[in-house]
Amino acid sequence: MSELKRGPSRRHVLRTGLAGIIASGVAPLAFSRGAWAQEFCNNPTGGTVTFGLNLPLTGAYAEEGADEQKAYELAIQHLNGEGDGGLLNVLKPSALKGNGILGKKVQYVSSDSQTKSDVARAGATRMIERDGAIMITGGSSSGEAIAVQSLCQELGVIFMAGLTHSNDTTGKDKRRYGFRHFFNAYQSGIAIAPVLAEAYGKDRRAYHLTADYTWGWTQEESIKNATEALGWETVQAVRTPLGAADFSQYLTPVLNSGADVLILNHYGNDMVNSLTQAVQFGMRDRQANGKQFEIVVPLFSELMAKGAGENIKGIFGTSNWHWNLPDEGSKAFTKSFGAAYGSPPSQAAHTAYVQALLYADACERAGTFYPPEVIKALEGFEFDGMGNGKTLYRAEDHQCMKSVLVVRGNENPTNQFDVLNVFKEIDRETANYDPAIFGGDLGAAEPVPQCR
Amino acid sequence: MAGIMSRKDATLFIGFAAVVLLLPILAAPFGAAYPDLLQRFMIFGIFAIGFNILFGLTGYLSFGHAAFFGVGSYAAMWSFKLLSLNAIPAILFAVAIAGVFALVIGYLSLRRSGIYFSILTLAFAQMCYSLAYSVLTPITNGETGLRMIRADPRVLDRLFSEAPAGVPVPSLFGISLSGWNGFYFSALFLLATFFLAMRITNSPFGMMLKGIKSNQNRMNYTGFNTRPYALTAFVISGMLAGLAGSLLVVTDPLAGAERMQWTASGEVVLMTILGGVGTLVGPVIGAWLIKYFENIFSSFNDNVLSSFFGFLPDGAREAAVVVAGKFVGEGWHLSLGLLFVLIVVFLPGGIMEGVRRISSAIRRRGGGRHATARGELSPSAAE
Repeated sequence: MSELKRGPSRRHVLRTGLAGIIASGVAPLAFSRGAWAQEFCNNPTGGTVTFGLNLPLTGAYAEEGADEQKAYELAIQHLNGEGDGGLLNVLKPSALKGNGILGKKVQYVSSDSQTKSDVARAGATRMIERDGAIMITGGSSSGEAIAVQSLCQELGVIFMAGLTHSNDTTGKDKRRYGFRHFFNAYQSGIAIAPVLAEAYGKDRRAYHLTADYTWGWTQEESIKNATEALGWETVQAVRTPLGAADFSQYLTPVLNSGADVLILNHYGNDMVNSLTQAVQFGMRDRQANGKQFEIVVPLFSELMAKGAGENIKGIFGTSNWHWNLPDEGSKAFTKSFGAAYGSPPSQAAHTAYVQALLYADACERAGTFYPPEVIKALEGFEFDGMGNGKTLYRAEDHQCMKSVLVVRGNENPTNQFDVLNVFKEIDRETANYDPAIFGGDLGAAEPVPQCR
Repeated sequence: MAGIMSRKDATLFIGFAAVVLLLPILAAPFGAAYPDLLQRFMIFGIFAIGFNILFGLTGYLSFGHAAFFGVGSYAAMWSFKLLSLNAIPAILFAVAIAGVFALVIGYLSLRRSGIYFSILTLAFAQMCYSLAYSVLTPITNGETGLRMIRADPRVLDRLFSEAPAGVPVPSLFGISLSGWNGFYFSALFLLATFFLAMRITNSPFGMMLKGIKSNQNRMNYTGFNTRPYALTAFVISGMLAGLAGSLLVVTDPLAGAERMQWTASGEVVLMTILGGVGTLVGPVIGAWLIKYFENIFSSFNDNVLSSFFGFLPDGAREAAVVVAGKFVGEGWHLSLGLLFVLIVVFLPGGIMEGVRRISSAIRRRGGGRHATARGELSPSAAE
């Protein structure tokens, strides 16, 4: 009995034991609850790899979102070796094998971003935290793109931007984990200003209506600078809220402002509405300062042109890509997209598709999904065959450098898709600029942040 | 616990706390057990409880609570930008600023009651939204949303250390508040808010508020000046909305103007009515349900559906996917609307009324005598 007294009591043993079980069983859970077990966020360990598609399926840019979704579905089919292979056959150089990525079958999850930055972030977080997305892509608004891009940097997941045209995306808000294939407002300015000066003269007075967010601001600035450099005068620049259905209160002052050119820095439904209403105000039939009154839409797309119908005839704008370009890549993409969905792809669809392929190709070349390696593979990557001629993924700001199109509303469309003509192709050297002019800081790729 | 609350309240609180803290496990079968959504569950739970203190107790239906939510977000973000990355000053600052806004808006709006009060609050909230969206863009960064950047001054942090490399993230004395940490952090606030709501409901002050709801004229005739009480309730609920808004910025550092729009104000009304106006747990359940719909139902695409209906033969599966596809994905509003109509028609007291009916039916079958007594005790709508 005396020995027992010296040892621990039964109650003590039980208590310590229980505490030990709880401590050893639960405490490690609390620590390993993060992603310490995997070396990086959402490392695909099974036979599949998941893309997270963040698409505006409702809101002002819903049509672009729907078209992007079609393009991503097509790209994923092609990556998995289904369908006709699309641009896999023309991308040069290409490491893609048509058996998924690194032998893993590609699948996707999606989220409706509602063309709102808040919702886009919530959707992207869900796809990363719950659905295990290895990469986030999509979006049709620069506000969304910038919000999601900084989120992806925090979580350590690569973001392949969809349609985003603001200078800030690869300028002052650029991120190491974010990549943009689409061109930007600054390049639109370089491309369109000489064309405008040639067509409308050098002594014009311009009035800007601008969507009130990052894209509108930077596009207004870029177009203003580019046209003023050629001798134009800017009468006034007015900001309009995104998603406004009625622009008449903004259009009325234009008539008495002494301006003879109206520049609409609007996109999607906003542009369809503002342009239609401007035409209803009789602006295209007006004379001002002894000249014909003109309307310019610096960023144009196929889908918007279709929405605006008759009103876009003869109007100048710029595009990233157009389906009736004569090169092999454009032809191949238009063919497989048309075969799948019965209509030619928009520029939003094109950039979405290309981004998916470029990410997959970078993973193949890197031989891993480890984000810093994939980033290295994309930075400074020079490729051809995707419909924009020779293209460079610039390492300094993750902006694709390629040629830019000046397009014009078709005066005599032969069918409902034939709404835009390519007026002029501005080559890559002309559209080039110094990445340092916008400032910004990419940040580091390593250490890789953990997403949970 | 027994000293400050009744045994029944203590049970309710402990049960609620257990459910909240175990959510990461309990929500797993529903595909909702990931930090971001659970953080939202907590945050919008706080928002709805706060709203219910005004609407449930005094009967004043505010259609502008999203304004305080948004003001809280922006205030917290400015605290992160100017003062410190620590969440505590940000939350205090946000609650204070939201309180000031609530005081001003409440003072003006509470001069009217009923529909005129609702319209006034709606008007003020839309004013705040427009200011944030397009007028005060230097302060709010408009539609792009306000974010932190590395170059922000952060004077308090700079007193102690140099600006670290990398993206700034909100923290609590060095502990990052993203992911699960953010969830537990907001869960503590939800529990505190729940406790506060419980205390208010059972206090003499709460009785006064219920008196305002049942008959304000009678209160006035008996010699009470009701307006200070209503204003206090308004400010408390505005401050809780500010708290929720600041927590949203703490867990996800971006403040956008959309969260101030009238749809966001309407959403919190829906949450409260869906769960049960005037009940303690109801608004939280309503908030969780709506956030679940918004985040999970909207994520079902045709792929998910066709694997869900995989057991059906080919033709029937496609038909089922087409029909069901209208109710999920971008059509999640439709299913939420249907649910709302069903609840309002069949359970006017919200989900909590359904719970009460079921439990009293069970009890009647078991031993009829307790049924009425229990029915009274359960948190009852203060009609």
